[in-house]
Formats: sequence, structure tokens, C-alpha cells
Amino acid sequence: MTRFILARVGFGLLVLFLLSVFVFVLFYVSPSDPARIIAGDKATEELMAQIRVKLGLDQPIYVQYLNFVGNLLRGDIGFSYRSGLPVSDLLYARVPVTMSLVFGAVVLWLAIGIPIGIASAKHPGSLRDRFGQGFAIVGISFPTFVLGMMALFLLYFLPTKAGVTLFPPGGYVPFAEDPLGWAWHLILPWTTLALVVAAVYARLTRGQMLEVLGQDYIRTARAKGLTERRITYTHAFRSAMPPLVTQLGIDIGLMLGGVIVIEQVFGLLGVGSLAVTSVAMQDRPVVIAIVLLGGVFVVVANLVVDLLYAVLDSRVRTAAR
Amino acid sequence: MSLSTSKPPAPRLATPKTAAIAARNAADVQLRGSWSLTFARLRRDPASIGSITVILLIVAFALGAPLVAAWTGHGPTEQFRDTGLSPSGIPVGPSAEFLLGADQLGRDVLVRLAYGAQVSLLVGVVASIAASVIGVVVGVVAGFFGGPVDTVLSRITDLVMSVPFLLCAIALVAVLGPSLPLSIAVIVFFSWTGLARVIRGQVMALRHREFVEAARSLGASRTSIMFRDILPNLVVPIIVYTTLMIPSAIVFEATLSFLGLGIVPPTPSWGNMLADAANGSLYLIAWWMVVVPGGALLALTLAFNLLGDGLRDALDPAASKGGKGA
Repeated sequence: MTRFILARVGFGLLVLFLLSVFVFVLFYVSPSDPARIIAGDKATEELMAQIRVKLGLDQPIYVQYLNFVGNLLRGDIGFSYRSGLPVSDLLYARVPVTMSLVFGAVVLWLAIGIPIGIASAKHPGSLRDRFGQGFAIVGISFPTFVLGMMALFLLYFLPTKAGVTLFPPGGYVPFAEDPLGWAWHLILPWTTLALVVAAVYARLTRGQMLEVLGQDYIRTARAKGLTERRITYTHAFRSAMPPLVTQLGIDIGLMLGGVIVIEQVFGLLGVGSLAVTSVAMQDRPVVIAIVLLGGVFVVVANLVVDLLYAVLDSRVRTAAR
Repeated sequence: MSLSTSKPPAPRLATPKTAAIAARNAADVQLRGSWSLTFARLRRDPASIGSITVILLIVAFALGAPLVAAWTGHGPTEQFRDTGLSPSGIPVGPSAEFLLGADQLGRDVLVRLAYGAQVSLLVGVVASIAASVIGVVVGVVAGFFGGPVDTVLSRITDLVMSVPFLLCAIALVAVLGPSLPLSIAVIVFFSWTGLARVIRGQVMALRHREFVEAARSLGASRTSIMFRDILPNLVVPIIVYTTLMIPSAIVFEATLSFLGLGIVPPTPSWGNMLADAANGSLYLIAWWMVVVPGGALLALTLAFNLLGDGLRDALDPAASKGGKGA
């Protein structure tokens, strides 16, 4: 087990290493000049040369990279080229927004997707199943930003025009200041994101449950006279869980990138919108930090999934020992 | 798959007429190969028929884009600031002149929709086919050779899967500059992994089957075994996956364009039409700017997803017996 975890951690570090090299090389070959970005259009050559020396941009790329990694290990991720603020401060202001968005959406999509999947699988071919399947295929096909824009139009703009304010147009209120306002501001983005992702879970749950419900031990459980509820949730759903956990790990890991569009549509100033603006402004330190943060998200989520697997499935536990 | 297990015709009643009917029936049975059976199953599935119709209509619409432009007399990037915008600069809604309304520069949404369909279809189909070729080659090679080759290829697949793709895609596009070929390349790069995994698993299951042993004992080369013996058995997952990859590629392209990192304006694409609508929340007063491209995008992705599901059921009925098959 320890060896398995170490191997996974090693692979995660390799992913982060390659990601950082990728972004570094990418910006190195980019035609934009950081010194020009910092100093502005009217800067003299001398000033720009000074800036390059100060930032170490006159060094060869591997020296720059090693400096970057050295600073990173000391907890220093540099300063934004545009605002001059420390990147950590920028991220610190943005991460709570994105985390709130992801947290609520995950809870909602599990709460929507899994029951639909189970209900479908209990009565395959029924009307309920057809509705569930229909929901799933529409959800899978719906581009998130289209759904978000439609939600804003139907649930914010039209009611507001009619004089009823159901939802705010977007924006964010910190949880610590006003928990209700926090939820009220996030409910549309949460629902939008959750509906799209829940569709995937409804399908996956249905497929898994159908497979498990057809097994002999379920028949045995029925023969023992267990209640249908007990069979569904304790016996069948437990076995159907591992693939769902894997999918959840993948989805949460990729969420940092996945919320970009939602943040844009709902005007949430989270990490995703920071990524978009920084990329547009060629703000290299910020982009590198966000891409690496995204990588950390994926790596950590995968690790947690691997560990959860061992908890959920005793076969993994014994095999890996 | 339906193998042609044609029993020798055993006429129980030896009248010439029944024998002839039996012979003809037997001939009918033999004539219906797996493809015609697949089409027969597809034809019975209303969702598949509907989605094929929608896809064909959108393809015709895309190909007929110049005709649409000629018919309306509006070019895709032509601005009609006098007729397309109200005096206060608000785009006009659907009317006799602009059937689906105008956008913020007074351009005809209908004409742009037709040209945008070309982009969506081109990117969706080209990227999916390219990604599935890569996925199949990687999957077949990894699964067939096993050992270190498999380890290396599988790790690379894992690696690409662990990349936060949208973040990397926007970084890449921002640095190299947005363009159509780059959008396709980015989508291909992040799309082949799923199919590679599926194919690898299937090849590993097939590689020790008797027909592969037989080919090997006949002296077939490894390339020949991989592509002549194993690959034909993978046609079903390849077709289904490639079809299901098309809608994700289309949405991926639309997302890149929506973020201003895909098709360069003023060339229309559904994604940048939606970006225009979102810009300054213009769609709240000009709903057609989001409903038209958004609806078209949804119709196209939905059609491809339904078709993919229908194809899976039609190509592999065993998997869907009794309402099963996720």
C-alpha cells in the first residue's frame, strides 16, 4: 500500500514538473516581452534592460526555471507583471470564490445525479427511466455557458424586468459576511454547473446499478427477505460506488479549469476569470501559478480517489498489501 | 456481431414451391449482412432517425451558407448599422429583413449562424477523427505489445489525462495566437486519451484469442495481426466513441471561441457569436443573440449524442438487451 501511494505521489510530482516546464517554455517562446509589459510602451531600452536583469530574464531559460523552482520551494511564487502584487495575494483573494462555487456544485450534482440514476436503474424501460435518460442526454449535450446565459435571462432578467427580483445578476458575497447572501448569489451558478455534470452521474449511476442489480447476491438478498430500500442502498449502491468515486475525483480535479466559463458568465471573480485575464495580458507568473494550482488540484484529487478506493473496496486493500 | 450461421436448407415438405420459398428465405437471410442489420435497427429507433435528420439539415445549412448569404443579401461579416441597429445602437430583433435578428454590429445572425455551422462541423468532425486515429493507434500498440511499450504509452495517456486541459489550452492559445488549426490541434491533443484506454483494454482481451494465434502460426507479421485481425473487431467501439467525441469537440471549440481564444473575429463561429452576446450582457436585451447560436449548438450536440447512443445500441444489440447498457 505504501509503495502504491509513493508511486502515485511520484507520478503526481512528474505531472506538476512537466506542467511547469510546459508553461515555462511556452512563455519563453512567446513573442511578448515581459519587460515591455512591466515598463509600458514608452519605456526606454535601458529601463527594460534593468528590469530584465532584476527579474533574471537575461539568464538562460534553465537558470530561470531553476530559480523559479527554488523560489517555489521557499513558498514564493513571484509577482504579477501587470499589477506588481504578489501572485499569492491575487490567488488568496480568488480561491475562496472558486472553492465556494465548486463545493456547492459538487453537493448539488451528486444530490441530483445519483438519485436519478438509481431511480432509472430500479425500473429500466419505465417512464421514469425514460425521463432520467432524457435528462442525462440533454444535460450532457448542454454547453455550460449556454445554460448559464439562458438561466440568467429567464431567472434574473425577465423577473427583474417584471419587478420581481428572484436572483442577483451575479457577483459574490463572502460566506463569513453573509451566509445567506453567499448562497443566494451562488445558487444560479451552482445549479447551472450541477445540472450539466449531474447528467454524467445519472448515466454512470444507472449503468453501474443495472450491472450490480443483476448479480446473484442481490437475488440472495431479496430471497432473504430484505427490504427493497436496504437492497438498493446498502447492498447494490455500495458496490456501484467505486466508478462514481473515480469520476468524482476526475471532475473535482478538473474543476479549476471547468469553472472558467461559469465564472465568466456569472461575473464571479474566481481563479478561472483570473486565468482568463492573466492569459490575455500575458502575465506569466500568474498564469504559471494558476496552471500549477490546477495541476495540484488534479493530482490531489486522484490521490484521494486512490485512497478512497482502498477504503471502499477490500479487494484493493488486500491486493496492494 | 451477427455471424452468417447459415444452416443448410432442410426442406421438410418436398414440394417444389416450399423449397423455392425456403431457398429464397435462406438467400434473404444471407444477404442481410451486419451493416444492413445495423441500418435496420437504426431505422426503427426514432431518436436516431431524428438526430440523423437534424445533423443532415445542419450540414446542408452549413454547405448552403453562401446561398443563405446571397438570398438575404447580407454577407457574414457585413455590418448594417442603419437597418440592423436601432437609433440608440441596440440590435434589432427578428424581422422580415433579419429573420433571426441582428447582432451588436448590425450583422445578420442567420447568415453568421450558417457560416458558424461550417466551423463547428469542421472542427467537430476533423478533430474527432484525428483524435480517434491517435487513440486507436496508441491503444492497439499498447494493448498488443504489452510490457514496457504498454507502460510507457499508458503513462503518457495518464499524463495527458491529468492535465487541467482548459487551463493549458487557454495558455497555449494565448501565447501562440488563436487560429482554426491551433484550435483543432488543441482539441485533438486532449481528446484521444479516452478511446486509447478503451481500445487498449479490448486489444488485451483479444490478443490471446484463437484467431490471433492462428494468424500468428500462419506467419502473419505483427503489423498485419494488429490491423488485419484485431482492428476489425474494434469497429464498434471506434465508431461509437468517435461519434460521441464530435459533440465534445464542438463544445470545446465553442468554449475556446467564447473565451476569445478560438476562431478569430470577425469570422463567425457559434462560440464567438455567443461571446458577442455575453459581452456586456447584451443578450439580456437581445435574447436572439444567445437563443439562436445556443439553440443551434444544443441541437447539434444533442443530435450527435443521440446518434452515438443509437449507433451503440444498433451495432451491439447484445449490450442493450433488457434495457441495459448505460
